[in-house]
Amino acid sequence: MADAYRQLFAAQLRGQLQYRVSFGVDLLLNAAITVIDVLMVLTVFRVTPSLAGFDLRDTLVITGTATLSFQIADVAVGNLEKLPFYLRTGLLDAVLLRPLSAFGQLVVLDFQARRAGRMVQASVVYGLSLGLAGISWTPGRVLLAVTAPIGGAICYGAIFTTGAAAMFWLIDGSEVANMFTYGGRDFASYPMPIYGPLFGRAFGFVLGLAAVGYFPALALLGRTDPLGTPGWLHWCAPLVGVLWAGVAAVAWRFGVRHYQSTGS
Amino acid sequence: MFVALVRAGFRRHSTYRRAALASAATNSMFGFLRTYILLAAVTGAGGTAAGYDPASIAMYAWAGQGLLGVVELFSWTEVADRIRTGEIVSDLQRPVDPLLAYLAVDLGRAGYALLVRLTVPIAIGALFFPLRWPTSGWTFPLLAVSVLLATTASFGTRYLFNLLTFWWLDPRGPNTLWLFGGTLFSGLALPIGFFPGWAQTALWCTPFPWMLQAPLDVLLERGDPLRLIAGGAAATTAVLALGYVVERVALRRLVVQGG
Repeated sequence: MADAYRQLFAAQLRGQLQYRVSFGVDLLLNAAITVIDVLMVLTVFRVTPSLAGFDLRDTLVITGTATLSFQIADVAVGNLEKLPFYLRTGLLDAVLLRPLSAFGQLVVLDFQARRAGRMVQASVVYGLSLGLAGISWTPGRVLLAVTAPIGGAICYGAIFTTGAAAMFWLIDGSEVANMFTYGGRDFASYPMPIYGPLFGRAFGFVLGLAAVGYFPALALLGRTDPLGTPGWLHWCAPLVGVLWAGVAAVAWRFGVRHYQSTGS
Repeated sequence: MFVALVRAGFRRHSTYRRAALASAATNSMFGFLRTYILLAAVTGAGGTAAGYDPASIAMYAWAGQGLLGVVELFSWTEVADRIRTGEIVSDLQRPVDPLLAYLAVDLGRAGYALLVRLTVPIAIGALFFPLRWPTSGWTFPLLAVSVLLATTASFGTRYLFNLLTFWWLDPRGPNTLWLFGGTLFSGLALPIGFFPGWAQTALWCTPFPWMLQAPLDVLLERGDPLRLIAGGAAATTAVLALGYVVERVALRRLVVQGG
């Protein structure tokens, strides 16, 4: 079974490496895209010394975690965005006929190697932000620094998956899904207290995006939350990924079972 | 002929009512996000940043979210796709120059976007935040001219990027460049005034700020509106002329692909 995925994956990679110049340019440009998030934060801090009490170095830890989390998730499962295309053209039927899981195939079939550049760039940004923040390192903080982007990536991956599962009902809803994926990325890149109570709670606590950048940053920097959440919660942030993965798995199964071909 | 094409563009987009509403909803969500970030920056700076107070920065964010669907800052690969598949040949056989034909359809699209994609985000913004409205009645007609110029400048630039497919054959590279220009250099993510002075000067020499920052400046009554409109007209003329020249060169030099 695993071998079948490996072969599909290798074929994809070979195909994409055929056009070398185009691939190289893409890789570079994709890496540059990651810089946009960081440039934005730097530009905001050109006009203000702090955002709701967080200075540039604090904020960069939040942005760095959120960016790396998002890019890992985007490289891994960002392709699920294309599900409406598979639904419209009836290609999903072919996928479902094969004796492999639909989810696994969709992820592997359209794997975009050129996006991998974004992950490297994001790791560098994350590492630099941790280095500049003046964190007093303990074994616990090292563990958190490693697990936070993984937990965050699972959160974003689950949002991508749940959004894709919703496409089985909302054929034209890809833009609504963007609200939560790309919107979620931007949301988690800034300290939570800047948001209004309703908006902040909906994205931060209901969707759990506070656990992507904000909570781990508080624990790493040794700060208390101006919003009043308990300190132990900040250390448990990566666990939100586990919860999200469960929700996404249920949503995806439900969606695939609901699917009744396009008839084309 | 031109008017008929404008009308066709309007009708074509008005059939996707649900999609337009979904876009307006998405833009509104990003409106909240940008408003909170920009408001936090203005508050952190002590009440004004780069000349924006809370009410004007909120209007900036919400009007920007509304306008981005009108001037169309999203990627547009219609012509690139037709070049790739060879279908561009049939555009060349029509009595209207493709540049003008696509411009007309795009203006029709923008007209429909004014109805849904501009109004919904501004209405939602006005419900939740104090916004700075224009103080002079003259601002509205000037704004209309400025938005028309911005849409045309955006179209011209998008068209140019699409024409690059004649050489590049793969629209992804130009598309990524557009992503940079559309979000970072147009003033969508942050006002151009937040950038360092040298970067501001450099950016105003590109077509990007003329697509969004200029009409927003007219709306917020920042700077001389006549100069903003004259600049917008110059930028629009320049990209359209360049688009026309590139189109001629491409057609003379290159063999159209496919069937």
